[in-house]
Amino acid sequence: MTKSEKLKTSPVGRIAVAVVLVIIVLAWTVPTLGILVTSFRSPSDIYATGWWSVLPHKAYAKTDEFELPRDLDPNGPITIEGVTAEFQEWRNGIVVQEGRRLQWYGNKRSRKIEVFEEKWVGFGANLTLQNYRDVLSGGTVEFTDANGNVITRQGNNFAEAVLNSIAVSIPATVIPILIAAFAAYAFAWMEFPGRKPLFIMVVALLVVPLQIALIPILRDFTRWGLTGTFLAMWMAHTGFGLPLAVYLLYNYVSTLPRDIFESAYLDGATPFVTFVRLVLPLSIPALASFAIFQFLWVWNDYLVALVFLGDKNRVVTSALAAMVGEKGQDWHLLTSGAFMSMILPLTVFFALQRFFVRGLMAGSVKG
Amino acid sequence: MSQDIDSKWNPLTLIILIAVTAVILIGGFVLLQNMQDSKVLMTITAVTWGLGSVALLYFVLNAIAESMPRKIRSIAVAVVFAGPAVLMLVWALVLPTLRSLRLSFADAHGRGFVFLDNYKFAFTDPIMLEAFRNNLLWMIFGTSFCVIMGLIIAVLADKSRAEKVFKSLIFMPMAISFVGAGVIWKFIYAYKGEGVNITEIGLLNAIVTALGGEAQAWLLLPFWNNFFLIVIMVWLQTGYAMVILSSAIKAIPEEINEEARVDGANAFTIFFRITVPYIMPTIITVTTTILIFSLKLFDVVRVMTGGNFGTNVIANEFYLRQFTYGHSGQASAIAVVLLVVIIPVLAYNLKEFRNREVLK
Repeated sequence: MTKSEKLKTSPVGRIAVAVVLVIIVLAWTVPTLGILVTSFRSPSDIYATGWWSVLPHKAYAKTDEFELPRDLDPNGPITIEGVTAEFQEWRNGIVVQEGRRLQWYGNKRSRKIEVFEEKWVGFGANLTLQNYRDVLSGGTVEFTDANGNVITRQGNNFAEAVLNSIAVSIPATVIPILIAAFAAYAFAWMEFPGRKPLFIMVVALLVVPLQIALIPILRDFTRWGLTGTFLAMWMAHTGFGLPLAVYLLYNYVSTLPRDIFESAYLDGATPFVTFVRLVLPLSIPALASFAIFQFLWVWNDYLVALVFLGDKNRVVTSALAAMVGEKGQDWHLLTSGAFMSMILPLTVFFALQRFFVRGLMAGSVKG
Repeated sequence: MSQDIDSKWNPLTLIILIAVTAVILIGGFVLLQNMQDSKVLMTITAVTWGLGSVALLYFVLNAIAESMPRKIRSIAVAVVFAGPAVLMLVWALVLPTLRSLRLSFADAHGRGFVFLDNYKFAFTDPIMLEAFRNNLLWMIFGTSFCVIMGLIIAVLADKSRAEKVFKSLIFMPMAISFVGAGVIWKFIYAYKGEGVNITEIGLLNAIVTALGGEAQAWLLLPFWNNFFLIVIMVWLQTGYAMVILSSAIKAIPEEINEEARVDGANAFTIFFRITVPYIMPTIITVTTTILIFSLKLFDVVRVMTGGNFGTNVIANEFYLRQFTYGHSGQASAIAVVLLVVIIPVLAYNLKEFRNREVLK
């Protein structure tokens, strides 16, 4: 719909559409917001209250405490401020009047009553960066849980995992692009035997599930002593990413005007020079589309990293997955770890969304 | 003679170039293996070496090709350009497919010939049957939710003035890994256990208890836990469906909608009579892509439940067979099954490709 079209829709209809959209968008963003907020809260707060309690809301907060007279019998009915109830009920807390709750503290002998009053609390959360410091660290980290116990854990060394992810992702993005660009140029503008059947092979491989390749390739890597190395990851991701890369880039390179190749040839440029000086610069939009697609795919990949890297040189996804297995309840570490793993892809995504969408459109099937 | 080999490379330069390349390639690899101490330095070296080697390799191979006799030079150059890609594809996908096929008829250690034993396992073992059932749930419900939600959002956003913002936010989970999404949703499903005065910290249980319901360990609920996992895929993939469908909707000529409106059609009639039929081919493409995706789904199940509590899927069983039980025969048979299921799509792609005659 064009801009003027959008204005034509009736105001009631527009409001209804907006309301539905806002509800859907909220449902889609709140999950991410939840872990973002949690990653900045202290562990004891996380276990005590839900993350949404950082939003302004009415809650009971302790304002006072007093002791009951010594002669009061805790075993019989107890009357405080006009309300009579058994000990156990007082122990769980009773609202004696609107917005005022009394609760017995400790055992029967304590005779201590805590006063809670309902008030507005908002943005009063204790935000901290400690969770991020802990999750990045490889040494031992300590935190206090909701019951005040100090717990010691081995850090998950996300700092190293992020570096490993970078060392895997950048070459695993650029290498297939380079190889595919050369091949796309050859398929589009060169004559050689087997050109057509080989390109049909590329199209056929677009949807082949990579599970079929994992075991044989792992055997090769084991034989060559490459398991756990970055080189193995680059080779695997290059192989798996190539069909889509060749296909996308071919579609683009083959639409470049013939004249430019002819005039370059007449000027005496070799194919290599033509490729470097003309084809690569002209194909930047297509290269960028695939680059973002492949970068996000490699960065977010878990299966390939799990199979070929194992526990050596853990990347962020495998470090995070390992943490889920080892520390399923340490939400302060899990949420900050999850966010560490998301920062880079989210930045790339928001900065280059336009190219990413174009890449998605061009090839909606990948193995 | 000089006419035949009028190369701009003299043989000595070429030999030195080849030698230098070999040293850089091998030396870099050895260097990297011994650089585990400084991670930052190692990362920088790895990235530079990885990219530099490939560029250098093409340069040298091209130099060799250009030094070939004239007659075969153009073919040699084409081989240098297309060869590496073809070799990589053959090594990474074509040969492995054949080797997996061979392994699927072999025993646990990839030796001998066990006839159809592995396939018998793949199609009759209760574990596999459960995995098949769950994959079917993923394919039916996951895919249809993604496509329907994507379509609804695309149509509604098209009518809104803040279209870009809405679409970006729905699309955003596409940038998040399944492992990351797993943590996000595990936190939503968090369950603290039974007891007095427990404050649920998981969003779902907080909502349920606020509405007077009882908190649950959602991921342990038999059968329904599959749907709690499917929600995660819907959350991640709806953006994809929305983006592709949205661009198809925008390609509908405005005159068609205008005519219908003049004839008195309301928004619903236009949606079902014009929009949906018009973008049907795109709906089919998107559906197929997400179907394939949900067939191969692995990460979510692996991270959330490990395939326990009745949530196993084929791709997870593939992983377990190979890496937990060490049975490459059964694992390969599962991989072959995955491939066979996808073959119709593959055939369709090839047919479309021939029809379009992209390659003249």
